Amino acid sequence: MPIKTDLSTIAQMPDERGHFGPYGGRFVSETLMAALKQLEETYERLWRDPDFQAEFDRDLAHYVGRPSPLYHAVHLTELCGGAQIYLKREDLNHTGAHKVNNTIGQALLAKYTGKPRVIAETGAGQHGVASATVAARLGLECQVYMGAEDVQRQALNVYRMKLLGAEVISVESGTRTLKDAMNEAMRDWVTNVDDTFYIIGTAAGPHPYPKLVRDFQSVIGREARAQCLEQAGRLPDALVACVGGGSNAIGLFHPFIEDGDVRMVGVEAGGYGVESGQHAAPLTAGRPGVLHGNRTYLMEDDAGQILGTHSVSAGLDYPGVGPEHSYLKDTGRAEYVAINDDEAMDAFRTLTRVEGIMPAIESSHAVAHAMKMAKEMDKDQIIVVNLSGRGDKDIHTVAQLDGIQV
Amino acid sequence: MNRIAACFERLKEQGRQALIPYITAGDPAPGATVPTMHAMVEAGADIIELGIPFSDPMADGPTIQLACERSLKHGTRLLDVLDMVKTFREKDQETPVVLMGYLNPVEVLGYGAFAEQAAAAGVDGALIVDLPPEEAEGEFDQAMKANGLDIIYLLAPTTEESRIEQVCKAGSGYLYYVSVKGVTGSASLDVQAVADKLDVVRKYTNLPVGVGFGIKDAESAKAVSEVAEGVIVGSVLVNKIASLVQQQDEIPAQVSAIVAELRTAMDA
Ligand SMILES: Cc1ncc(COP(=O)(O)O)c(C=O)c1O
Repeated sequence: MPIKTDLSTIAQMPDERGHFGPYGGRFVSETLMAALKQLEETYERLWRDPDFQAEFDRDLAHYVGRPSPLYHAVHLTELCGGAQIYLKREDLNHTGAHKVNNTIGQALLAKYTGKPRVIAETGAGQHGVASATVAARLGLECQVYMGAEDVQRQALNVYRMKLLGAEVISVESGTRTLKDAMNEAMRDWVTNVDDTFYIIGTAAGPHPYPKLVRDFQSVIGREARAQCLEQAGRLPDALVACVGGGSNAIGLFHPFIEDGDVRMVGVEAGGYGVESGQHAAPLTAGRPGVLHGNRTYLMEDDAGQILGTHSVSAGLDYPGVGPEHSYLKDTGRAEYVAINDDEAMDAFRTLTRVEGIMPAIESSHAVAHAMKMAKEMDKDQIIVVNLSGRGDKDIHTVAQLDGIQV
Repeated sequence: MNRIAACFERLKEQGRQALIPYITAGDPAPGATVPTMHAMVEAGADIIELGIPFSDPMADGPTIQLACERSLKHGTRLLDVLDMVKTFREKDQETPVVLMGYLNPVEVLGYGAFAEQAAAAGVDGALIVDLPPEEAEGEFDQAMKANGLDIIYLLAPTTEESRIEQVCKAGSGYLYYVSVKGVTGSASLDVQAVADKLDVVRKYTNLPVGVGFGIKDAESAKAVSEVAEGVIVGSVLVNKIASLVQQQDEIPAQVSAIVAELRTAMDA
């Protein structure tokens, strides 16, 4: 259902109740309402506070290592033989992914609100590692919920979190992946709401999370926009980012919303193929519903039960998506496609071999689609791809696919 | 007067409190539900809360989550739950039935269709855990009212006074006070803290208040019945059902035995 609206209206979302058109909102049980209202007030106040901003910027510069480079991938460009491909190198951030931009911001909120304990949910473990990292630095107690299946396939990150002093709680319920970790984190939060800050790892969940995560991640798009203008003398023609819950994508997209000529393309996990039903592509193949505190596109059956998902990448293996993406889809401002497991793995290998950059499997989905797009575009056109994370955490998965034990 | 209001009226005249058991519809199999509902009424239940199973019951503990999983294994749909109520109504036209669950299965059906079909089946109200008044305002609210259905809202220990007023205004039938910070089946409750909070709630409403979460036995049921108009029990009953998955014929008798025990304690 297309929503007709102008670009500046789109950029101003959400409204004061956290709605992006029909999406978003605050669909939680009563116990959490007060905490969310308090978080919203704290956030709105601090986000406008120059001291808070200065501390956030300082941490991003000296702890995360920002700005991250915008790298003109000439060899990949040559291989595709079309548009110029630039990579926004979030993989070079401290802890190896974009996730840390958000955890720095939320940990500061935890600090300013005096909560001694943080919890997080994690899929690939990148958000868990980023949360454990900021918790270690600020001396906060940290527990991370992770689906049992992900604990297996992201063993390296589990151990990193433990080294950082966090406790990883393996979630055995439901499908034992990210959505179940999120259920369990919500349950913890309901129980310990007085002393606990819930660091949500993606631009989803109840208001104000989708908004604040977007704002913390928008540094990606602001930098990329300035860097592209500086390096190429103009704005890109297209942005490409992978979409799990949607935080790296919205971080890249948001500062470009009013640049109507810049295409935005979100890449979901096609798993074994959207037609197989074994995927994690709610925007491509799902429909609107309510889960985890917000209304958004979901993978659900015709009775409203949430479906299990499949993706080779743990970080994209989620049946929902941040509500702003649902809105961008319906307004037509952004488009969403799916890339299958094997296409993503091919892109992983290609980028590694031609550029010496080993991307996370999540980010490989974006690379794969950008390569397809580049081939269809002219040489004087520009695609900026969000390289959301590095592939170190995925070596075991890749080796396993190759039949090698490392 | 609808069934819920009539029920509380009658109890008030008798100087008694409502005993409100919860079970998940279709747990452990579709056939178990209606006989258990009748048996609970016979054992002294005043209102039945019937859970709509959902794959991701975020506000519930493991007990009810597993109940949802058992029910969903049989493919229980919201429409099947409504059929169970219809069947229950063949023999019982008096006991109020309130559906309790999460929004997504309702959203898929459509608010209007849900409210119409629920009313037609003999449902009296609904408590949608993840639908606070702010989000219910408008379409859901109107659909329920148009079909004469009550919307039961939650109040929690964390609900501030200004919000209590707002929720009390939005709700009808009764209010459900969540006695503890936590999920269903968690820690036991502090009756004095509940009583203090209910004093605040009563400033804003004449609706009856049921208290749930953390009521585990005759003693806690009795204690709560001294401060609230209704006592809501779920996890103890669902745990009993879980223990009888291999002997499903026993479920109505054994679940209602617990209900009877609570009833006796409350009326003592
Ligand atoms: C490297 C990387 N990219 C992308 C994602 C997907 O999350 P989002 O869609 O919120 O960016 C993850 C999640 O774990 C990740 O680790």
